[in-house]
Amino acid sequence: MVEHGDIRVVHRGGSKINFREPVITNDSRFLLCASGECVKVFSTSTEECIHDLRGHTDLVTGVQLKPSNHLQVYSCSADGTVRLWDFTDGILIKTYVIGYPVYSIFTSANHEGIIFIVTPVLCDKRSELFQLVAVHLPQSGDQLVETRELSAVLSDVGSNPAAIAFGRGGEYIAAAKSQQLEVYFFKKQKSYRFFLKEDNKKGRKNTFTCVACHPKDDCIATGHEDGKIRLWRNFNHKKEYTYSTLHWHHSAVSSVCFTPEGTNLLSGGVESVLVQWRYNQESQKDFLPRLGAAITHITVSPDGALFCTSHSDNKITIIQSCVKVSAVIQGLVKGEGVRTDLMVDPRSKALVLNGKPGHLQFYSLQRDKLLYNLDIVQQEYIHESGLQQFEVVRAAFDASGNWLATVEERKQDVAELELNLKFWAFDEQTQSFVLNTTISAPHEARITAMCFCHAADSQTSMLVSTSRDGHFKAWQLAPPAHTEDEGPSWSCDFVGAYHRLVPECCCFSADGSLLAVSFQEVVTVWSPSSWELLTTLSQPPGAVRDLCFGRLSCSKYLLGTNMNNLLLCWNLLTCSLEWSTSMDTSLLLADPLSENMAAFCCQSGCTDLFVFKPNEPRPLFSHKAVCSGKVTRAVFAPREEMLESCEESSQWLNCSQLFFLTQYTDLLTFTTKAEEDRLMASSKQLVIDDSVAMTPFYLLLGKHRQQQDTQDTLSSLSAERTPLPQGSVAIKELLQTPAHVLPSTSFLCSMFVQSLLISVTDSREESKYAEEEMQSEKEEEDSEGEMESRTSRLEETSLGATETAAPPLTKAQVRELRRVKKLDHSWLAGLLDS
Amino acid sequence: MNRYRFKGPQRGSRCFPACGCGSEESLVTVDKKNVKMGEFKVHRVRFFDYMPRAITAMAFNSRYERLALARAGGAVEIFNFADNYFQEKVIPGQDSRAVEALCWVDQRLFSAGLNGEITEYDLENLRPRYSVAAYGGPIWTISSNNQGTMLAVGCEDGTLKMFEILEDRIQFQRNLDRQKGRIISLSWHPSGKLIAAGMMDMIRVFDTETGHATHRMLVERGVGTCKSKEVVVWSVAFLSDHNIISGDSAGKVQIWDGFTGTLVKTHLVTKWDVLSLSVSQDQSSLIAGTSEGTVIQFQFISPTVDQQEKEWVRTRTFKNHTHDVRALAHTETAVVSGGMDTQLVVRPLLDKVDKNTQESALRKIAFPHRSLVCCAKKAGLLLFQFPEHLELWKLGESDGHGKPGDSLPVKRKPEKLIHLKRKGVDHICCSALSPCGGWMAYSTVSSVRLYRLQYDNNNISITKVSKLPKDLCSAHQLCFSSDSSKLFASSIHSSVVVVALNQLECKHLHTLKPKSGSRQPVHLLFASEDGKWLATANTGCEIHVYNLDKLKLHCTVPVYSSCPTAIAIHPVTGNLVTVHADQQIFEFSLAQKEYTEWSRRLQKRGLHSLWLERDTPVTHIAFNPRNPAHIILHDMFMFCIIDQSLPLPEAKTVLHNQMMLRSLPEPERIRHSHAFKICKNFQHLLCVSLLEDHSLVVVERPLMDIMSQLPPPVRQKKFAT
Repeated sequence: MVEHGDIRVVHRGGSKINFREPVITNDSRFLLCASGECVKVFSTSTEECIHDLRGHTDLVTGVQLKPSNHLQVYSCSADGTVRLWDFTDGILIKTYVIGYPVYSIFTSANHEGIIFIVTPVLCDKRSELFQLVAVHLPQSGDQLVETRELSAVLSDVGSNPAAIAFGRGGEYIAAAKSQQLEVYFFKKQKSYRFFLKEDNKKGRKNTFTCVACHPKDDCIATGHEDGKIRLWRNFNHKKEYTYSTLHWHHSAVSSVCFTPEGTNLLSGGVESVLVQWRYNQESQKDFLPRLGAAITHITVSPDGALFCTSHSDNKITIIQSCVKVSAVIQGLVKGEGVRTDLMVDPRSKALVLNGKPGHLQFYSLQRDKLLYNLDIVQQEYIHESGLQQFEVVRAAFDASGNWLATVEERKQDVAELELNLKFWAFDEQTQSFVLNTTISAPHEARITAMCFCHAADSQTSMLVSTSRDGHFKAWQLAPPAHTEDEGPSWSCDFVGAYHRLVPECCCFSADGSLLAVSFQEVVTVWSPSSWELLTTLSQPPGAVRDLCFGRLSCSKYLLGTNMNNLLLCWNLLTCSLEWSTSMDTSLLLADPLSENMAAFCCQSGCTDLFVFKPNEPRPLFSHKAVCSGKVTRAVFAPREEMLESCEESSQWLNCSQLFFLTQYTDLLTFTTKAEEDRLMASSKQLVIDDSVAMTPFYLLLGKHRQQQDTQDTLSSLSAERTPLPQGSVAIKELLQTPAHVLPSTSFLCSMFVQSLLISVTDSREESKYAEEEMQSEKEEEDSEGEMESRTSRLEETSLGATETAAPPLTKAQVRELRRVKKLDHSWLAGLLDS
Repeated sequence: MNRYRFKGPQRGSRCFPACGCGSEESLVTVDKKNVKMGEFKVHRVRFFDYMPRAITAMAFNSRYERLALARAGGAVEIFNFADNYFQEKVIPGQDSRAVEALCWVDQRLFSAGLNGEITEYDLENLRPRYSVAAYGGPIWTISSNNQGTMLAVGCEDGTLKMFEILEDRIQFQRNLDRQKGRIISLSWHPSGKLIAAGMMDMIRVFDTETGHATHRMLVERGVGTCKSKEVVVWSVAFLSDHNIISGDSAGKVQIWDGFTGTLVKTHLVTKWDVLSLSVSQDQSSLIAGTSEGTVIQFQFISPTVDQQEKEWVRTRTFKNHTHDVRALAHTETAVVSGGMDTQLVVRPLLDKVDKNTQESALRKIAFPHRSLVCCAKKAGLLLFQFPEHLELWKLGESDGHGKPGDSLPVKRKPEKLIHLKRKGVDHICCSALSPCGGWMAYSTVSSVRLYRLQYDNNNISITKVSKLPKDLCSAHQLCFSSDSSKLFASSIHSSVVVVALNQLECKHLHTLKPKSGSRQPVHLLFASEDGKWLATANTGCEIHVYNLDKLKLHCTVPVYSSCPTAIAIHPVTGNLVTVHADQQIFEFSLAQKEYTEWSRRLQKRGLHSLWLERDTPVTHIAFNPRNPAHIILHDMFMFCIIDQSLPLPEAKTVLHNQMMLRSLPEPERIRHSHAFKICKNFQHLLCVSLLEDHSLVVVERPLMDIMSQLPPPVRQKKFAT
């Protein structure tokens, strides 16, 4: 069992974007946020991810703009490095090796060449003590720089980066931890500490949660566990400090932030309301309610034009300073816990799990983007802690992706449990799932497992659900009983039980001819066609936890795990135990595209992974300690394109990728070296692609011609781009260019439509256009000057960026564009969505 | 914006509903302490409907550390902040007098009210010295300049009148320019050259030399429905840097530039009124009281650390009141506030005091620091003193027996025998009931009245003693001797008038005078059980003991720095027990004329820190004739039996150990018990007294009952409603 050096665990796709405070660039065009092992650069206007800054080998724990150069950004990571990036081009400029895991980073314009980082005191990951360290960045031309000048500033700080902030002009730094606020003045090299009482009278907590400093005045705003905000002043005195209290939040304030001019204070918390306080007139406040989920961070752009709030449901909301939401960047929602299994939607190849309360989310792992949410519960969610509400707890797809079954439950008391089983049919027209059947109280107790019959050729769909009430039920799509019914609906076909034991798991064989249901220690094998108990397998003692049929060449095997830490493999032909091995398997998973099985074993606090074939004695791959804690959710996601890896150890990753969730609900996956190299390469190419000037007109008009000329060179450049079977270059252009670099949709639509139209125009239509043109002539004249200047400016930028100048538009062309813009193209939107 | 208001400002016209009859009950319970503490039948009295009056005005004399406080009935109280906030003096009110503002000039206290008069008080005789009409209608405000030479009053008719302060009186000097609209508030500039006056909708600045108005600053009205209502500038403060701070009925605290007459900053503080303002001595801190019961602090601090320029920033909010905060005082270390909810609250500013000291604790003074209840030990009668009347009650009876803690069935209900209304306009300042129940006396500032009570079966007859000696014209304190043969009345200059009583006549026997020549009023009188001694204590902290047989001064107890709050002479040993405002206890032997051995031991050991930290004074001392070693004393929150035969508690021992002792086996208890046996079963005590039949009378007045009789507070939005 050799550790395979070229395969490593990475955060890829579905990482938290709310882990740390994002950063808005000086021109408010980009939003940078730490996401897994990379820094993502989003466009603030189009919500699209422009590129990733890849290079860190562990979680990125902080992003800060370089104060002296607003086009560069620092990122720090738990891998012990701080990296400096050019974020517009995505180029790694420098790597500073710190040597200790870094938990957050702070910079200040007043401290040139110094960054402040938080590192654990004992260089031990588990330790709870953190210190704030000033790092003098050595001036060196090398790419990789070792930093030696480290000096501790504050010895005892919290690991929460929101609880540390630089004061006015970087003259002091304020750090809060539990009930203590410490202010360190750099000039005097003196720190003052202020303590709050353990608890105030009403038993609420006084603990500090976050800190912000006013940019102009010496005023520190602190948020507290009990929802209060305190504004500290006069804190350069040990005793005569003073504070005022603002109280609107009813539970902990998770973030406070001053606007760059210091006129407003923003705060947010569990209430999902952004509160804007007027500085020095705190009785006046504005609210932005209904932001969807608890606010975890608040950031303001350096010019104060944009606010941005991170939310607990892995979402970043971009808000214009007039307190209006302008964009939402949504990551994979992990909420309070993943209740459903991880699944892959057979149609969209999206990862499916429960997301927002009462919803199933469809998340594209390839594009790292939330596709859509499916409202399962269809009830208003009430934001209140402690309230029991319906939650989606199980979901299953059938093989073709035509049917989706969901289970939602609400547990009010120990006694009464409300359960609903819902069947959703995929509607080709709306391209979404439509509720077909709702079965309330399908079982008397909690449903433990649910699976569809995956047989591809079977005519009837079948779902089996097992429950703690001791029964398993088979549900079948039945033709409508009455003629007036519109379509087929689902009903119970068979109720099975075995010696009043509680069924725990169920599994269909690949061809759908066998159903295995485990009843504690006994595995029963049924024939779904006749509902006949074929055999029982019960040799080793211990309740069965997981069941899995082998696939393809191994379809004669049934694998299971049990409570006695055994991994079992039965041969269904002989109905006997083929082999067993002792390991504490927390999850057993079969790759749907190969014979491979993955087993996650929990060992001394860490989880190991074994990938094996049931018929081979040696594991294909093993990885010790993929993560700490137990892994209970994982999925094999089929790849869009096969990897051509020939190395034996990484072959199992060729057709599908294994994603798993750690106990901290981090989504991790495995990557091979080859794959990583390829990704790096492609991101480099993308950068080059991007660096070409992107005026809309150039894109639409100029580039096509060029592209046609240099078709061959371009195609070689973008090797991974597969040309669409049909459609012109314009369509391709439209569909493949990132949205943020495209002109507004109204422009695009017209061009798109024109490219589709047959170029014979009706004369009547033309006259109508002419009429419209006449009408709009007047207003056009008004805005002529502005128009002119805009085009010329655009021209300039294009000139500045590239050598090849785009042909300037004539006035007639501009008019044409405007005319086209006026047309109604709403029908197209629907078409584009599909 | 206030629901109390009729037309115009109405600070003075808010009043309480007439004191309704509260719950009249007498729970007679048996209360058993541990073995050593003794077992008592307790009359738990809750039918004393004592209702304190709303606080209307306050003035703090920082030089002498005295706080003068005016209540709705016109009564003025003086608190000594240097001596544990002890209520030294009470000047009884008068029907027509409504004090709207108070003002200290050195040691002299002036008040002005809606009756249109300026009154100076005689703090030695606890009565108004004189009143001068200002002839400008109701007076809303009074203020003296820093130099102490002039008084300015603001009148209803819009005039600002200046009075010159002379040695023994004040003299009208002149009017400043007359304005339209009443003057509600005013404040002198420390230089004495300018006065800021708060009016309706505006603030004016007057030059005191020319008498002309130099600035006229319009105050914005409230938004919404109150737009049409004129805004009242309830309070102004003129700072030495020529900034003027105003608090108004639209809920704003505004800072104005006094040079240019322009608005500098507005702090919207409440939806209701800002009623009062007070600035600290060094003008670095400002407090504002609102109708919501909050006190809001503003501090004058520089926005950045190294900058000199400062600005007023709202900092802390104190919420210690449920109703309007009508009066405020900013002392060096604390915020003192009072209002409609009748409590005086002293909230220390924690940045100005040391942590965990006597000073750093929040104090709420709800009850007067003197006894309003008089108990006739032999007759089982209770006399309750109200400002307007007296009530005489007979205690209930019960013959039941029960376990400790049980409440016994009441055989005969308590009965109100007499409801005696006072004559004249002056409020009652003191009253007394003779131990036999045969005599009753009360005094106002103008007269003393003595009544003879006679019982035959169920009837009671009351006859006024018509002829009283001339010397007995007014008393600060009244007391009967234990055999009811003499009446003692404290009079001017710490003297005590002794009057002999018998069925036919009452005769002036003697006037006892201390040798010290003190002019302070006597506030405590105690006649010993054997009729031999009379002890007096005055607010100058002097305690004199007179021999009644010889009718001359027996001795003077060494003067202790803190004012005595209760004195008593032990019936058996003849020792004088005194308790002081700083919670110290002394025992003085009258025979030896020196402190007793026990007292010396107590001083050497020092009192327990928990005992010293209590914030209400002991107001009554009683003795248990069955056990001479027992001293019974009480304050507002507990009563305590001090057993002189037991060892004194060490600093480490648990002071409140009754519960622990009860759980211990019998022999263990002795070892753990100490002299202080504290009972907290009864709260908000007004009187604890021992009757002759060894039952204990406990008069309670729960604060909840007082709160429930207050008018409803202003409406405030509560979270989640």
